[in-house]
Formats: sequence, C-alpha cells, structure tokens
Amino acid sequence: MAEKKVKLMQGNEACVEGAIAAGMKFYAGYPITPSTEIAELSAERLPRIGGKFIQMEDEIAGISAIIGASLAGTKSMTATSGPGFSLKQESIGYAIITETPCVIVNVQRGGPSTGLPTSPAQGDIMQARWGTHGDHSIIALYPSTVREVYDTTIRAFNLAEKYRTPVILLMDEVVGHMREKIEFREDQEIEIVNRRKPNCLPEEYKPYKVKEGDLVPEMAAFGDGYRFHVTGLVHSETGFPTGNEKVAEALTKRLFNKIEENVDDIVEYEEYLLDDAEIAIVAYGSTARSAKSAVEILREEGMKVGLFRPITIWPMAEKQFLQLSNKVDRIVVVEMNMGQYFLEVDRISGKNSKVEKYGRVNGELITPEEIVSFIKEG
Amino acid sequence: MSTKTEQTLNVDKKWCKGCGICVAFCPKDVLEIKDGKVNIKDLEACIKCGQCELRCPDYAIYLGGK
Amino acid sequence: MPSQLVNEYFRTENLPHIWCPGCGNGIVTRAIIKAIDNLNLNKDDVCIVSGIGCSSRASGYLDFNTLHTTHGRALAFATGVKLANPKLNVIVITGDGDCSAIGGNHLIHAARRNIDITTVVFNNNIYGMTGGQYSPTTPTGDKGTTAPYGNIDMNFDLCNLAKAAGSTYVSRGTIFNPNMLIKQVEEGIKNKGFSFIEAITTCPTYYGRKNKKGEAVDMMIYLKENAVNVAAYDKLTDEQKEGKFVIGELYKGSKPEYTEEYNKIIESFSKER
Repeated sequence: MAEKKVKLMQGNEACVEGAIAAGMKFYAGYPITPSTEIAELSAERLPRIGGKFIQMEDEIAGISAIIGASLAGTKSMTATSGPGFSLKQESIGYAIITETPCVIVNVQRGGPSTGLPTSPAQGDIMQARWGTHGDHSIIALYPSTVREVYDTTIRAFNLAEKYRTPVILLMDEVVGHMREKIEFREDQEIEIVNRRKPNCLPEEYKPYKVKEGDLVPEMAAFGDGYRFHVTGLVHSETGFPTGNEKVAEALTKRLFNKIEENVDDIVEYEEYLLDDAEIAIVAYGSTARSAKSAVEILREEGMKVGLFRPITIWPMAEKQFLQLSNKVDRIVVVEMNMGQYFLEVDRISGKNSKVEKYGRVNGELITPEEIVSFIKEG
Repeated sequence: MSTKTEQTLNVDKKWCKGCGICVAFCPKDVLEIKDGKVNIKDLEACIKCGQCELRCPDYAIYLGGK
Repeated sequence: MPSQLVNEYFRTENLPHIWCPGCGNGIVTRAIIKAIDNLNLNKDDVCIVSGIGCSSRASGYLDFNTLHTTHGRALAFATGVKLANPKLNVIVITGDGDCSAIGGNHLIHAARRNIDITTVVFNNNIYGMTGGQYSPTTPTGDKGTTAPYGNIDMNFDLCNLAKAAGSTYVSRGTIFNPNMLIKQVEEGIKNKGFSFIEAITTCPTYYGRKNKKGEAVDMMIYLKENAVNVAAYDKLTDEQKEGKFVIGELYKGSKPEYTEEYNKIIESFSKER
C-alpha cells in the first residue's frame, strides 16, 4: 500500500508541486500579485532537486528565458498575472511558431491595467485565446480546486510536451490563494510525457519535419549535437526562414490543426447533475465552486439544474456544448467578466437553447445565492 | 591547411556584391571591379597578406589551396 | 567553393546572405567564427542567439546551435539557454537598436549578473532592417528617416553602459581592423563572465546615404582615420579627441559568474543529501 502524504496548501503552492512532479527543472519569472508564491516556492524547491530558478528583470525576460531553457532540453514554467500576461504575449507566439513546450501560469486579477491586484477576476479568457498576434490555436486549462491545480499543472506540462506548444494554465486569485487539503500520490501513479528526441544522424535531422504517423516533429536540444536553427520567422522543415507561400500556409495550418484536430484528447470537463437537467450552469475556476453550491440549493428546491464545468478552456469542448444545448432548454454562463466565454457558448449552443450570461467585475466572488436568484428570476 | 606559399587568391563571383572594399584596401593594387564584380587584374603582385579576405563582407575572395 | 573557414562554420547552402553590398555585418560575422576557430571550440557546444534586425540574421547562416529570437530579447533567451546548459558557449549577436533600445533592460541585467555570455553588438548607428530610422547610437545631429531634421537624442556609449552595468570584459573594435575584432571576441569567449564587444560596422545603404558619408569604402576610411587605440587615446587632449573614438580593450574585471554561483547552491543541497 503506497504511503499517502496529506498536506494543507494553496493553489499557487500546488501548482509548483505539480510542476515539479511533471519534471519542471527551470523557472524564470518576475514578481506579480497574486502569483508571487509560485515564484517563491520555485526558488526554494528547484535548487534542491538540481533545477534552476531565476528572477528576471521583467515579464518578457521571464518567458524568453523559459523558452531558451526549454530549447536547451529543460522543462520550464513561468507564472504571472494580467499585466504580465499582456507583456508575455509576443513570446507566447514565439513559443507557438517554434513549437517550444513550456507552461505559462496566469493567476488572474481584476483589470484592465493595474486594475485590482489582490482581487479575483476571469477577464483574461479571451486574451488567453487571442492574446498573441496572428492565426494560431492554443491550449488553456483552468482548475478550480487545489487538488485539481496540482493535477492540471502536471497535465499542462504533459500537453506542452506532447503537442510541442506553450500551454496556458489559468487560475484566479481565489484559486491561487485558497488553502485546501490535498493528498499526494506516489510518483509511479503519475503519467509523465516527455518530448521525443531524434535518433537519426545529425546531417539527416530536419527539426520541423513531422514523421509519418507522428503528431509533432522530434525535438533535439541545443548541445545534443544536432546544430539546428530556431526562428520565429516562417520556416520550412529545415528550420530556416522562407517566404514561400505554400510553406507559410502549410506551417500555419499544421500548427493550428495539431491542436484543433485533437480536441477530444485535450478537452477535459466535469458534468455535475446534468443527467435530468433542464437548466445548465456553465462556470469554471473559483466561480464553478459557487455554481456547484447554487446547483445544490436549486435541486433542494426541486429545480432540475446541473453544472457543466470546462477544465480545458481552449480549445473549446464544442461537441459537448452542442450536446448540452440539445439536452437543456436554458444555459447560464456565470463568469467574473462581462461575458467572454458566454460569446463562445452562445455561438455553439445558442441555436438549440437559450444562452444567458451572469457576470461580475468588481473583484468580489460571485455567490451561490446570486446565481440562485438569477436562475429563479429567468 | 596549406602553407602560405602554397596559397593563392580565389574569387567566387557568385557571392561578390561589388562593394569594392577589397579593391580599396589591397596594398598591392591586385584587384579591380569589372562588370560589377571583383576581378584579379594582377595576380603576380599579390603578397598573400589576406587583407581582402578579412574585410570581404560576402566571403567572395580568399586565400586558399589551389 | 568558399574558403575552408567559411565552409567549416557557415551553412553555405544559405549563402549569399541578405546583407546589402558594402554592409559590414559579414566582416563581423567572419571575425566571430574566426575567433571560434582560433579557440578550437566544438561546434556542438556553441550556441548563437540573436534578436531581430539585420545583424541578427547572422545566426541562420552559422553552423552551430542557433536561436533567432524576438526583437530585443536575445539576452533573455540566452540566459535561459545558458542556465539550462552551462556547458554551452553562448554567444549573442545583436544590433544597436536590438541591444540598447528595445533590449536595453536585458543588456544591463545580463551584465549585472555577470552571466557567462559573450555579446557582440553590430553597431551600424541605424535601424537598417526597417529602412533607416535613428537608433540609440545614431550620433546627435545625424539624420535618419525618423530624424529628418537631425537627431536631437543624445547617443549611447554602449561600452560605457556595459561596463557600468557590470560586464567583466568590454572592448570595441571596427570592421576596418578585423584582426583586432577577432582577438576581442576570443578574449570575450575566454572570459568567464559577461563579455561585451562593440563592433563598429557600416550601413552604407541607409546611414551612409542619409548622412552623406559616401560609399562603403569611404565609411571604412572614416573608421580607419578616426578610431584610436585606447593607449593612444588616453594621451590625447580633449581637443584632439574631438571627432575621434576609442577602440581596444576598455575594461577587464573579475567577479563571480552567475551559473557557477547558482551551481554552488545546488551543490550545497547535494552534499546535504
């Protein structure tokens, strides 16, 4: 019987523990509330396991350094909040086009700008999707409990490695700072995905060639003897820049499709009391916790209400949202913003059911009671 | 590596962009620009100092084995 | 068939390069590989990191581990590469705008940490890739497409900046004297710490034309006549220094190196175990 360790910890701490369990050996970042504990704990933990932590001069340097470290063969992560997430966007695009695995954590706070530094918000949902310029797809995950932060951080690293892409781990101030009891699993229970390295001769290595039947190109590290080139310019399979329109189109589509064609593998969600539901609440992160309580209150009062909680925010669980709209008459999207995810849910589910939004943008959590009264009034 | 006496001046006109730097700083007036590219006009005068190779931005002229 | 040196260290299939006729970038790039050749470094252990701009295109032509990054951030990427794999000889190729405008913050902090990275700045006093806008090193009074009436900004002395920020090797050379540049890059790579080499190069297409500096050859003659070696420069009066600039090894110091210091922390824990 494997020994279980039980600990009380914050979401931000669970994120670091999950990252280390996933194999993180490098962290670079810049202090920002409410994500700072992730940097602090990384600074303490990493050198003890032979990893490296560096506090960079700014947010852009933080993500740039983790991309450099990842290209040198090291699993790496940075964490930030809204203002820093904005600054990192250009380099997120660089990680996308260079297919460099890395994890970017955004513990959301109120915005725009400096906004409400110590209060929760969910206003970066669309920025996570479209923050960097140009056509691209993205993976963004959003846990809602401390236990789930741990598991989802591991999954973020695994998806980053499997799909050779940056993965955004969204939290909000409440998820980051709340403390919950979590049980640690033994190491062998954790599935860890590592990038596949080439074993061909260096002169045969094409750093951006996808082998038949593979999802992504094999990835050598700097120093492995392959001497390849990495650029943010559109590049051919050789890694060298080209302006060739066929190559440009093929690259953009390949980067997009490697995610969009594997939505079923990437999508994760929770359904709660939806089997006989007539009304569905859609909520994620800390808001989903209030939504779950609201479902229970409404159920006690005899209303057939359930919760659909996306854990994978991007790519969207379109198939599931379509099924949901065929099942329920009314969908209420509850989020701490002016209705960002609502727009997407409405696009997919709006033809078959009535989609409504309930939002809040004052830095206060949405309570179960207000969700209950919104649903009752509707 | 070939010794200096075995070396000779080589020109790769494909890469030459005709900037004239090698011509200007050749101490023995060995080179000229002809039809927009470097041309060796007096190989006999070449003292194999390598100044042209050092300053050629396009790697179009160098001392090398025959 | 190119020279043995070029054949050995360039990805010759990508040549000729994109630089304009008379652009000095090719001279500096050759100086870098000649220095690497002189030091007999294993190509697999060299990582060239560059930013964005004319000079930063050099990485794609060189047969090492090469990383062409975003504008201004080469040193931040390089910091990640070096920390993740300290065995690599990391050399950053950057331009005056890339290094001291958009990337200025990364420059001073990489220097402050004294991380073992050798930075070679190709200083052509202009933004060439975008068509001749003034940069932080465009001399006051000179023209650029965005300084049509003359630049009123004060220009940076990059070497003073790098020295003040904490670099442990600082030198300046010009494309007129590539042998000096080669020696400087060698010294920079040998220095265990942050090394900064300012290579004064020429942009006849934009800076030269806009400021009536003549052709590439005229601009090289200007470098020849006005660059003064540090020993001689120090003996000049202020009046004599007018219009001249100093070249040579400008600073050499010794400080703990960042990756070594970090490894000491790691080692303190491995002893504990």
